[in-house]
Amino acid sequence: MTEEWKFTTKDIAEKPDLFLSGHRACAGCVPATVLRLIMKATRGPTIVTEATGCMEVASSIYPYTSWAVPWLHTAFETAAANASGIEAALKIMKKKGKVKQEHVDVIAIAGDGGTYDIGIQALSGAVERGHDFLFVLYDNEAYMNTGIQRSGGTPHGAATTTSPAGTVIQGKLEYKKPIAEIMVAHEMPYVATASPYYWRDLLAKVRKGLEVDGPAFLHVFAPCPRGWRSDPAKSIEYSKLAVETCVFPLWESINGQCQLSTPSKLVALAPQKKKPVTDYLQGQGRFRHLFKPQNTKLLEEVQSRADERWQRLLKKCQTA
Amino acid sequence: MTSEKSWREIAPAGVCSKSSTDFLTGDWKTFTPVRDLEKCTRCLLCVLFCPDGAIHWKPEKADIEFDYSFCKGCGICANECPTKAITMKLEKE
Amino acid sequence: MKSICRQERMALNGDEAVAYAVKQSDVDVVAAYPITPQTIIVEKFSEYVANGEVQTEFVCTESEHSALAACLAASATGARTFTASASAGLALMHEMLFVTSGCRAPVVMAIANRALSAPLNIHGDHSDGMAQRDSGWIQMYAENAQEVYDSIIQAFRIAEDLNVLLPVMVGLDGFTLSHTLENVEALTDDAVRQFVGTRQLPNVLTHEGKAVPFRLDPENPMTIGPIALQNYYFEFKRQQEEAMKKAFAVIQKVNEEYAAVSGRSYGNGLVDAYCLEDAKIAVVCIGSTAGTMKTVVDELRQEGIKAGLLRIRTFRPLPVEEIRRGLENVKAVAVMDKSMSFGGNGGAVFHEVRHVLYDAEAHPPVVNYIYGLGGRDSSPKELRAIYEDLQRILQTQRVKNPIQYLGLRE
Repeated sequence: MTEEWKFTTKDIAEKPDLFLSGHRACAGCVPATVLRLIMKATRGPTIVTEATGCMEVASSIYPYTSWAVPWLHTAFETAAANASGIEAALKIMKKKGKVKQEHVDVIAIAGDGGTYDIGIQALSGAVERGHDFLFVLYDNEAYMNTGIQRSGGTPHGAATTTSPAGTVIQGKLEYKKPIAEIMVAHEMPYVATASPYYWRDLLAKVRKGLEVDGPAFLHVFAPCPRGWRSDPAKSIEYSKLAVETCVFPLWESINGQCQLSTPSKLVALAPQKKKPVTDYLQGQGRFRHLFKPQNTKLLEEVQSRADERWQRLLKKCQTA
Repeated sequence: MTSEKSWREIAPAGVCSKSSTDFLTGDWKTFTPVRDLEKCTRCLLCVLFCPDGAIHWKPEKADIEFDYSFCKGCGICANECPTKAITMKLEKE
Repeated sequence: MKSICRQERMALNGDEAVAYAVKQSDVDVVAAYPITPQTIIVEKFSEYVANGEVQTEFVCTESEHSALAACLAASATGARTFTASASAGLALMHEMLFVTSGCRAPVVMAIANRALSAPLNIHGDHSDGMAQRDSGWIQMYAENAQEVYDSIIQAFRIAEDLNVLLPVMVGLDGFTLSHTLENVEALTDDAVRQFVGTRQLPNVLTHEGKAVPFRLDPENPMTIGPIALQNYYFEFKRQQEEAMKKAFAVIQKVNEEYAAVSGRSYGNGLVDAYCLEDAKIAVVCIGSTAGTMKTVVDELRQEGIKAGLLRIRTFRPLPVEEIRRGLENVKAVAVMDKSMSFGGNGGAVFHEVRHVLYDAEAHPPVVNYIYGLGGRDSSPKELRAIYEDLQRILQTQRVKNPIQYLGLRE
């Protein structure tokens, strides 16, 4: 069992960025913060491979690159397939004496599209094959890079460009695919959810994922002010509210054993402190239609669904 | 903007030839963060949360430094600062 | 002067010949997904892996798209990689084929050429390979199992050549070659290992300002596969075309070098000309059918008919010079296509041969024979009928129906 990684704020602040300034992400883009933090949690030689999406495009506009580590992009579906190939190559090349590093961490990064939907096949396959890599999903809840279209990760009721709030249909009818739970069902060594406001928890989970011998999956909540039509300045605040309202609870599954992470544990222990989802939804343009007087029922649906999922999670974490 | 190269001069497979730190995004901002040195407790949350890594902790100065050449003026630092030491001021050109 | 190496005669079908060649070529990563009629390749290779006979990471991916992505990524990490597919599997890889050539990854792939759906058909034709001729891959087609074996070994050298750095696909006709037992003279393990050597990497200039080996290496970080906007994309594509141009010389050189070791060469590596020097009528053909056609040519020659055959071995890059020279003195040409280009006024090979002849001195009449789709067999009698048609065309110097379907029930 690897020793727990201990770090101070200064340690992290002083560690040089491996995801560099000068990328073309929007002002207030939390996926960019997430990537900066992920890279701060690396522990040695690292190779990153990324799926097509906001972070890929914003960080690699030829001839400029924001990556201070080896980085490969091939296509939209392929983050996990790439990681499989890199890991396999490193394994055999090391055996043949062609790689000098003792160990290289492989990180696959993808957004909703590259994880929930078009990327799920490769992800599922790579996990089933047991490759040693960390898959990080930066979840901004829609296909943002192509213009804010709905994804499997878009929550119920959210307005996107392919699930607009119209007069007959008001936002996405379907619910957010429980991707982390799907990954737990793969019986994989490590699955966790994280939110950048709780940066210590996020860093610790990245490091745990890297340390695991085998596949690890990290689902990171990453607000997008452009797609959510929210105040860029509040983007990190939304990542806090999501946890406080139990819209996005924080937990880990270590070899199938589920446990709540501290920020969500605090809510579980003091349920009176649980904030109503409206605290989180308000100020986001994508949910504005839910606040119309005729849509009270829709708003209630969002609350009850969040409550259902929260209760289910609590039950799972109790049987530890 | 760089002077663009011919097909004979560039590396294959799109291997990037410049770090993005050569691309200054600071001119994107409308608002600029201004820090009140008295209120600032050097908690370093702004350093961690900045999407652009435009705020640095300088151990040799034991202080924070804003890199306005990359800051896009999003206001996350101001919003998250526990002591409200940062205010977003409208940039005047 | 190198002497021809000792070889072992083995009874192998085309798929087994591929697997054996890969086994000997010190491949680092094989990532593949099974599809008829390529399955024997992956099955045989799995046996080698399970018996500890190869030092290769074998990844059974969950689809062909992921297989090629994994190979590409492994190749970008510096590994020598191989995969195999056919038909729908190759079609599923379509997106990744372009990405692989765009990333200049020298992946080698065997394609057991098979028909594309719909309707579903598992048998041999060239529709899968022909549909990918724009993908930036070097494409070679073998006539028999021996050539399949030899070409796979050569493919690693061609792909990895520092002047080329392009992926290579070697086609073998589905079932006709993939599943048919033939005599194959196999080189020794040492001879193959010496021939393929270790993969060399070019140096590239990275964003750190260093010229370092082109691979993902934490010691020398580089970014591969960025987004290139309107101001740069075009230049990268031109680079690929340059690599295709350089491939002509490399393919010929490798063919010669291999001949010195094995005693076998395939024309000049690009085309295989059979009885063409004084031929008045000739057929242009790709793949195993050429083998049968050579028998037909022999028969006709016995009868005093000046017939010839031009087998295109390397289809991409298209050997324009060799095709033009080969058909220089021919007075009537038939081009055989084992695929169709719907609405395109003939098949792919027909188009390309005609376009080559456009710049030639002489413009002989050219007829297209579309044949063998979905694995339909053509008898020597049917194939001979093509030459008989050419004799008529030779007389009249006219082609009544430029697009013919051999063996189709009208």
